[in-house]
Amino acid sequence: MKSRFFNEMYDGDTVRPAYANLTQWIDGHPPEHFELKRKEAETIFRRIGITFAVYGSEETSERLIPFDMMPRVFTETEWRKLERGVKQRARALNAFLWDIYHRREIVRAGRIPGDLIWRNEAFEPAVVGTSPARGVYSHVVGVDLVRTGLDEFFVLEDNCRTPSGVSYMLENREIMMRLFPDLFRSSRILPVDDYPQALRRTFASVAPEKCAGEPTIAVLTPGSFNSAYYEHSFLADQMGVELVEGPDLFVDGDFVYMRTTRGPQRVDVIYRRIDDPFIDPLCFRPDSLLGVPGLMNVYRSGGVQICSAPGAGVADDKAIYTYVPEMIRFYLGEEPILNNVPTWRCSEPDELKYVLEHLGELVVKEVHGSGGYGMLVGPASTKEEIDAYAARIRHDPGDFIAQPTLALSTSPTFVDQGLAPRHVDLRPYCLVGETVHLTPGGLTRVAMREGSLVVNSSQGGGVKDTWVLAE
Amino acid sequence: MRLIVEHSTSYSFEAPRKRVVQSHRLTPSDSAAQTIRAWSVAADGASFGAAFVDGAGNRVSTMTVPGPVDGVAVLVRGEVETADTAGVLRGHRETVAPPVYLRETWATAAGIGLHELGAQVSAPLGTLDAAHEMCALVADTIAYTPGVTEADMTAADVVELGQGVCQDQTQVLIAIARIRGTPARYVTGYLLAGDETVGDEASHAWAELYLPDLGWVGFDPANRCCPDARYIRVSSGLDALDAAPIRGISLGAGEESMDIQVSVAAQQ
Repeated sequence: MKSRFFNEMYDGDTVRPAYANLTQWIDGHPPEHFELKRKEAETIFRRIGITFAVYGSEETSERLIPFDMMPRVFTETEWRKLERGVKQRARALNAFLWDIYHRREIVRAGRIPGDLIWRNEAFEPAVVGTSPARGVYSHVVGVDLVRTGLDEFFVLEDNCRTPSGVSYMLENREIMMRLFPDLFRSSRILPVDDYPQALRRTFASVAPEKCAGEPTIAVLTPGSFNSAYYEHSFLADQMGVELVEGPDLFVDGDFVYMRTTRGPQRVDVIYRRIDDPFIDPLCFRPDSLLGVPGLMNVYRSGGVQICSAPGAGVADDKAIYTYVPEMIRFYLGEEPILNNVPTWRCSEPDELKYVLEHLGELVVKEVHGSGGYGMLVGPASTKEEIDAYAARIRHDPGDFIAQPTLALSTSPTFVDQGLAPRHVDLRPYCLVGETVHLTPGGLTRVAMREGSLVVNSSQGGGVKDTWVLAE
Repeated sequence: MRLIVEHSTSYSFEAPRKRVVQSHRLTPSDSAAQTIRAWSVAADGASFGAAFVDGAGNRVSTMTVPGPVDGVAVLVRGEVETADTAGVLRGHRETVAPPVYLRETWATAAGIGLHELGAQVSAPLGTLDAAHEMCALVADTIAYTPGVTEADMTAADVVELGQGVCQDQTQVLIAIARIRGTPARYVTGYLLAGDETVGDEASHAWAELYLPDLGWVGFDPANRCCPDARYIRVSSGLDALDAAPIRGISLGAGEESMDIQVSVAAQQ
């Protein structure tokens, strides 16, 4: 059957090269083998302190994300192109951030409307003129990609603040290697396990000038009640650096210090997993108890590097997103390697008109929303839902953008009946410091329900290990 | 005119605090209207650091006092040579794009009352006349009345109340200017008191509006005038909180009390 969706495993009846070895291996084992492995995986997850569950498990709660044992596979050739595109984007986004907090060339040149930036909530007037180390604002850029054809990828959105999910990339791989060691002997899969050290090197490379010697890095978490706390502690542990909360840090003179059993220790680089408004009550929200009083003054006077740099969020705003191809041309003088999804801005009267007339076939998103909440998937909605949503758009058009429903590719996924195609997306994690680095892999999210195009974990999506085959 | 400023902010804590941290914007910058001859900020037992000039040209520094601390007094002393530029800010180094000051903040968020007030402006928007009109409108609508408003009242609340102090009048002026598309910001500083001036109960506050032909121009609704040689401009921000001379936090339990003394004198 010919589907309108690109099947990553099959080209008609032929297995694509990326999956050839894997298919052969699967065919060599009886179905019971995988049922056994599924049970084994559940046991392992329980033992390591469950952060996500094998689907089908009865203990699933909303924080447990289903794990699919079938990997999603890219050939190295496919990957190298993606890699160039993601790196290009990460460079352009950082160039944009430097520009808008300094000379504002892109606005002066009329390539992006200033209003979109200056009145954006994520733009921080407090850091105008502040120069982060190496000019980098977003040190971990998570680029959400979907595939629609053999050679066709689109960028859904950029995540320039503190994209989460990389712990899944690492743990999915680890669990796969424990479950199927023989598979990793027969396939040459590019490793992802150097990510924590690459992350550490990235942070070390952006230590402030005032730091002499080996920089001290810390991961700043809002605390154990945060839904991503596990990832914060996992990454701190894997990098071999301290995990701290606001009260563990204090400002004195020109620097910020960490309380340790051996006395105060100066901290040079902070990987913060706390949003801008909460990191310093003396600069942003005065009622925040999560942050470090005075931290922003230390940062702005060059005593510490905060990663991502405060104010970086304006680059991943959905209204700014539509201008990223323009940024690539403006700052890099290159054509975008990866395409944006065509996007209608409801703030423009003509585009608003089109959107309202075609709601049944579009996906509409709130400009400032995330996590798949508050969006309208036209083809999957009733007339009542569409009418109600249309009223919301008319009330505040500037808050909405619309995109065509994309034909997300499918990847084979274990379901009750065996392997079946399910829709997937991809978030690779690009590190930006002294160098721009992309780990060959990422987080593949899969919509577990048949036909569903929503891969968000909050909407029942699962995760897969992502392989790049060495050539 | 040469102005001498003495400004003390004294905190006392019912029970000793573990630590005090403050971000200060207590030091003015040079401009055509003011030349800083001498300026100092001091506090016993405190250490100062993390100082810089922000994008708006504010001099910011950080003060920490290790505990146990049962009180701290921040003393500001300075001498400034001032000139009258009719409120026009010139020679002030800053890099923030003026349209940034169209942003709404919690304290200056538009409400119906503010919209109605803004709608009364008849002069062409962006002109000096329109700015003067807005300033007069606020002075007429918000009667200068100490003691009726709280520090955390919003401009929308103040319009409803119809009374307030310089902070309230300034935030209302900023809010209506932004509604009418004129970038506006909050300014803190000092004012040499005379027989008729108001707003010298602590440090003073007024607004700056951005006019395409003139740049930033100060407007003091409390005194229905533009700042002149009696004024020293210290800090600016999107609203009172953002521009505050001192933002601080003291770690520990118990009540805290604060006393502010300001004196501004002209040296003959």
